[in-house]
Amino acid sequence: MLDTLLAGICQGLIWAVLALGVYISFRILNFADLTCEGCITLGASVSAMLIWKEVNPFLSVLLAFLAGCAAGAITGLLNTRLKIPPILAGILTMISLYSINIHIMSLATGSGGTANLSLLTFRSNTAYAQVSSLLGLGRVNSALMFGVVVALAVSGILYWFFGTELGYAIRATGANASMCRAQGINTDLTKLCGLALSNGLIATSGALLCQYQNYSDVNMGVGSIIIGLASIIIGETLFFGFRNFYMKLVGIIVGAVIYRVVVAVVIYSGMPSTDLKIMTAGIVTIALALPVIRKSAASSRLLLTFKNRQNNRKARRQKKKQARGAVEGGRRNV
Amino acid sequence: MSEIMLELRSISKTFNPGTVNEKKAIDRVSLKVRRGDFITIIGGNGAGKSTLINAITGVFPVDEGEIILDCIDITGLPEHKRARYFGRVFQDPMMGTAPNMGIEENLALAYRRGRRHGLSWGISARERVLYREQLGRLELDLEGRMTQKVGLLSGGQRQALTLLMATLIRPKVLLLDEHTAALDPKTAEKVLRITEEIVTGDNLTTLMVTHNMKNAIEHGNRLIMMNDGRIILDIAGAEKKKLTVEMLLEKFSKVSGSEFVNDRALLS
Repeated sequence: MLDTLLAGICQGLIWAVLALGVYISFRILNFADLTCEGCITLGASVSAMLIWKEVNPFLSVLLAFLAGCAAGAITGLLNTRLKIPPILAGILTMISLYSINIHIMSLATGSGGTANLSLLTFRSNTAYAQVSSLLGLGRVNSALMFGVVVALAVSGILYWFFGTELGYAIRATGANASMCRAQGINTDLTKLCGLALSNGLIATSGALLCQYQNYSDVNMGVGSIIIGLASIIIGETLFFGFRNFYMKLVGIIVGAVIYRVVVAVVIYSGMPSTDLKIMTAGIVTIALALPVIRKSAASSRLLLTFKNRQNNRKARRQKKKQARGAVEGGRRNV
Repeated sequence: MSEIMLELRSISKTFNPGTVNEKKAIDRVSLKVRRGDFITIIGGNGAGKSTLINAITGVFPVDEGEIILDCIDITGLPEHKRARYFGRVFQDPMMGTAPNMGIEENLALAYRRGRRHGLSWGISARERVLYREQLGRLELDLEGRMTQKVGLLSGGQRQALTLLMATLIRPKVLLLDEHTAALDPKTAEKVLRITEEIVTGDNLTTLMVTHNMKNAIEHGNRLIMMNDGRIILDIAGAEKKKLTVEMLLEKFSKVSGSEFVNDRALLS
């Protein structure tokens, strides 16, 4: 059980990087970007392919980040230059990435149509293995430490970045694009920057994930956007009271970890892992519907209380009386 | 330094050309704005007032004609590149600010209008002092709420803040597009008073679009009336000082051959 929990936390710390990326596009830029689904696989494919080519695993993560930035920039160009709506622009990039990812993984094996890559023979050359041997700790403990350091570093960099002039401009673009142009901000460029950064982080998460599970698969990204959103929502609910931007980012990391731990426990207790997606969709639906549910609950409670009903009737009767009086008074004046 | 700050040379703009919705919004408009002019622009709905402002600021390219700002042809410049020269306040109080950012963050964006946005800090301690001082000018008690989100402010406070943002870096021309139309009369009056203070205090070249004839007469040194995308009246100096709403209505019907139909203008 403890192992399950720890594995859940390790995975959560990796998915936290993805959730932070999704936060940039969905919340800060207000851009429903579905590139994510292809981009996490892109990161995994690039990293796995490079490890097959015996490139340094840390360098492979950096290159995966850059590949993700490029994918995000393409979605941005589709939207700003060709005026394709955000969701469609993201889907177009995501679909193209499916083919591109297979091509990338085929580079490693040398045979076309490679849909997955195992890193088992290169197991000692992953970032996790290297951190483990460097620290002299077990696999799980070192993965935990590495995960915490990465998540804190990414959130720290984001906190700094969104405090810079460029970061301000990107935040303002998501809030009010016409105001931005009036303030001399090239909103096409800021959108592009934001999407590139967002997808760079998503690809980074994919690269880490593939090195953690020693495996990259062309379908590993399916449903990842929902997992990212679920993490954000859990984080925002738990860290509701915090106005500080850094605490919001920490909230998202915590949200991702909680989500992964819950998933690990649920699977441990015997639920087939193929049912995970519908469970996630259910959680996100409920979380998104909460404001509506709360509102309707409040109003129905009001209507159902007998006393309130009586009072309402009384008030209505009085109002009618007053209205009648006013009309008659008006007539008299005429 | 030429005496003419902004010159429009026969600019035209047609929306949806070649369709049933074709609308000639501005039609060969020429205008010379002198340095320090405070011009009020008045006209009915669809007269082309807002289109004129949007054409000057580059929200869309004009079909023909040139726009010359301080001896530089800016006709081909995109909107975000022209922004450094213009301060703008919109009719909708939601349009001029970023609601989920703080008051000081909005001001910091305005302070960098038209500059490159790099990786140095978005706001500095020295700036905060300046913003506090400038917010004090508005007399809306905003100087103690600098980190508050702008989304929490009222429409009037937002318009006053937008006005401050538009003038924080001295613009070559200040463009006010019915910036008090969405406010209640009392707030509108207050925002207008702040406008007058800033414009005359800093001697800014200003174009102010309004629906309100009284305001158009009371403010500024020159009045322009638009109808059907053209400038039909241009009154300045001593003649403008003597204007009354009745005279303006009379002049309008004489020039355009129709009644000035606009409830808002007549009632206010």
